[in-house]
Parts: sequence; C-alpha cells; structure tokens
Amino acid sequence: MVEALKTAIAERLADLEMVIGWEMGFDALHATPLFIREEGDLHRLTLGPLAVHNLATYLPGLKGKKVGVVVKGCDSRSVIQLANEGLIKREDITVFGLCCDGVISHRKLREALPADLGFVEQATWHSDRLQAVVAGHAVEVRLQDILADKCISCRYPNALAADVLVGAARTPAPQPVPCQDAFDALPQAEKLAFWEATMARCIRCYACRNACPLCVCRDHCIATTRDPLWLGQENSPAENFMFQMIHVLHLAGRCTECGECERSCPVDIPLLLLRRSMNRVTEELFDYQAGTTPGQTPPLLTFQVEEARINERGW
Amino acid sequence: MSASDSRELRIVGFLCNWCSYGGADTAGVARFAQPTDLRIIRVPCSGRIDPLFIVRALVNGADGVLVSGCHPRDCHYAEGNFYARRRLETLKRFLDATGIDPARFEYTWVSASEGQRWQHVVTEFTRRIHALGPAPLLRHVSDGAWFDAAAPAAAGPACPCHG
Repeated sequence: MVEALKTAIAERLADLEMVIGWEMGFDALHATPLFIREEGDLHRLTLGPLAVHNLATYLPGLKGKKVGVVVKGCDSRSVIQLANEGLIKREDITVFGLCCDGVISHRKLREALPADLGFVEQATWHSDRLQAVVAGHAVEVRLQDILADKCISCRYPNALAADVLVGAARTPAPQPVPCQDAFDALPQAEKLAFWEATMARCIRCYACRNACPLCVCRDHCIATTRDPLWLGQENSPAENFMFQMIHVLHLAGRCTECGECERSCPVDIPLLLLRRSMNRVTEELFDYQAGTTPGQTPPLLTFQVEEARINERGW
Repeated sequence: MSASDSRELRIVGFLCNWCSYGGADTAGVARFAQPTDLRIIRVPCSGRIDPLFIVRALVNGADGVLVSGCHPRDCHYAEGNFYARRRLETLKRFLDATGIDPARFEYTWVSASEGQRWQHVVTEFTRRIHALGPAPLLRHVSDGAWFDAAAPAAAGPACPCHG
C-alpha cells in the first residue's frame, strides 16, 4: 500500500507545495507528521496502525496553498467538512485517501505493556500483531486489543471523496464502543459526578482544541479571550467542564469524530463520550453526519420552516 | 405568589424583545399572578441566544433556564427563531450526556398578546423546577489533589516520584 501511495504522490508532487503524510517518530511506537516537499523525502513516508494523527488539522492554516494530504477514512470526513464550510478550498487540496485497517490507541497500548512506553526497545508489526521488546521482556499484542475506540465504531474506513484512493476497500463493520455503552447506562446524577471527577484532572492545556481539525478560531477562541470573558482562569471542575461545553457546542453538527481531542488529551479525559453523544443528537434530529457528503450545509447553519423531527413545543 | 411555600429558586429566562418579553408584560399589565422565581433577561431575538448562555447559567448555579421567543413563522426578523429552534432542540437533547437534567431547561414560544399563556408557562415551569429542587452544582474550587500533584512537580528532580 505504501509503495502505491509513494508512486501516486511522486506523480503529483510537482504541482503541489507539499504533501502531508506520516513518518516514524522518536521511537518504534510513534509516528509523526511528515511534510513532503521533494521526492527525496518520500522514502520516509510510512503508513499503518501508528499513523494516528488527523493531518487535515493542518489544512485551514495552509489555506490558499496547493497542498496534498494523506487521509484515513475518518480524516477524509474532516477534509469534506472543512470544504463544506468554506474553511479550505477543495480545489486546492489533493486528497490521497487510504483504506484504513484502524489505528492504535496509545493509552490502550500503554496498559497492555508491562512497562511504560518509553522503555520500548524495539517493535515490529506482523500483520495484525505487534511484537515488542519492553524493558527486556518480549511481548506480543494484537491490534484488535489496542484499537482506538473510534476504529471500533468506524463507519467510514475508506477515505471519502479522495482524488487518489490507495489500498483495497474495506467493508465497514461498526461495533458498539464498550465505554460509551457503560456511560450511557449511568443515571443522570452519576454522569454529573463522573464529569466532575474527570474534569478535576483537566489542566486546561487546550490540546483538545488545538488538535481539533474543525477548531479554526485560533487566537479568537472565546475560551481565551478576555472580552467577552466566557471562562475564568481558575482551574476548577466547573470551569474545565464549561470549556468542554464550548468545544462540544461549537462543534455541534460539525464534529467528524476523528478522535483527535481524546487522543491528544494528556490526562486521558474520555472526550469522545461527549462528541459521540452530540453526534447522535444531530444524526437523529437532522439525519446528518458531518463530512460525509460534499456540498452539504451543516444543520445548524440552515433550517426548515416545518421541522420533520422537532416537536413544536406546546404548553 | 410563589409556586410553592419552599424557598425561592433561581430560574433564568431569556426572552425575545418582540414577542415573549411583550407577552410577559401583557401578563403583568393584566395583573396575572405569577411565581417570582424567574429572572428575565431580554434579548433582541431568540436567534441571539447562544446555547452556551444556557449552559453557562446552569453551570453557574441557575436551577432552571427558560427560553421563549416568537412563534415559528412569526419572528420579527423573519427567520431568527427557525435557527434558534434547531439550536435549542439540539442542546435540550444533548444535556443528558452532560449530567445536567434536561428538564431544567425548557424552550417555548409565546407571542406578545398571550399574557395568559405566559402565566401558564411560568407557573408550570416554576412548579417543575421546584419539584426537581435546587440544582446539583459542579465544584467551583480547584481540586486538592491538583495542588497535591502540583507541589512535588514544582520541586523538579527532588520530587519523590523521581526517586
């Protein structure tokens, strides 16, 4: 798959300022974004279950430039959504789409290994198994055991609206996510207690916001402006929770569930619980899944005089 | 008149200038008895209401939030409440996941002539909030554990976890 992709990129690189992909990072268990500017960079390109980043996040910052981007199924939805909202110009972007077999969750991997990720000496993939040497112990982990939650419930493994599609198309087989089911089953009061306990961990580093492909306000984000002052500087569960409410509500009907917020969280707050819940609402109300149809208007930017699924609230 | 004999609760009302605020005024001019728990904030249009206004009120300690605007198809600005309807319904259905009781938030449509209807809405909503009681609040102070972790971290390599 990677060779086919390299050939496809090499063919188009001349017309593009850069192509964004992944390369191996600082150790055998991390990939890192790669900016391919010339053919000499191409040999560093890598794919596979470590390519966790959603590279569409870079695109709004590169608006106006001719850029290529390598995307998984979920990332391709972000590209479509950004284009639908006019945040990027689709004709400027060349989308190299993958048929994705799923990516790992580093949190799950950490839990599956006998020592911290930093002690990994070597790691190799054998189809869907990872063989690693960690602090002197040889271990083997199956990909399905450390698959990111978003991949368990994935409905779009194959990149949508790609200019070049690489790999054999997969049939989606979405499964329910165990942690979401457990959360949904909680009584109301326990959900609030859960968020209070979880948000107490938040250090308000804004990594979730910065990693989000659809959070495009940058310096104008209302979480950090002083006028209007939406959020105080205090680090309390209530304020941290309020910050997440800002993020979720600003992404209502826009979130493509790429999971970057949850992945980037340094204190492992399960942010996708909120995102998935919101996406369920917009899907049931407006039959809308963000970033699946090019040219579609996000549901909260439009209306119907007679709403099919909203009851006119009679008192 | 208070909806019940218990202590007054804090209910925040966001009312559009053209219909519901007028409706509340009509109810007042007609001297309809209403519970006094509601604090009204006048906004130009229900389309002006950011769902975050409602969440901010609930997080900051409001026991209930009531939003009211012109009836759909009757908006002073022609289409403000059509957008509002989508936003408010989305928020209402989403609230469950946040652990905030969706019953603490309600939205409705009351026109300027409907003083009686306004009285009904306020009385019913206040009764509902009184039945739910004061809202559970998220803590507004930092966790002690956070300070417990911050102190050794500030000690750098002298921190016990580096030993």
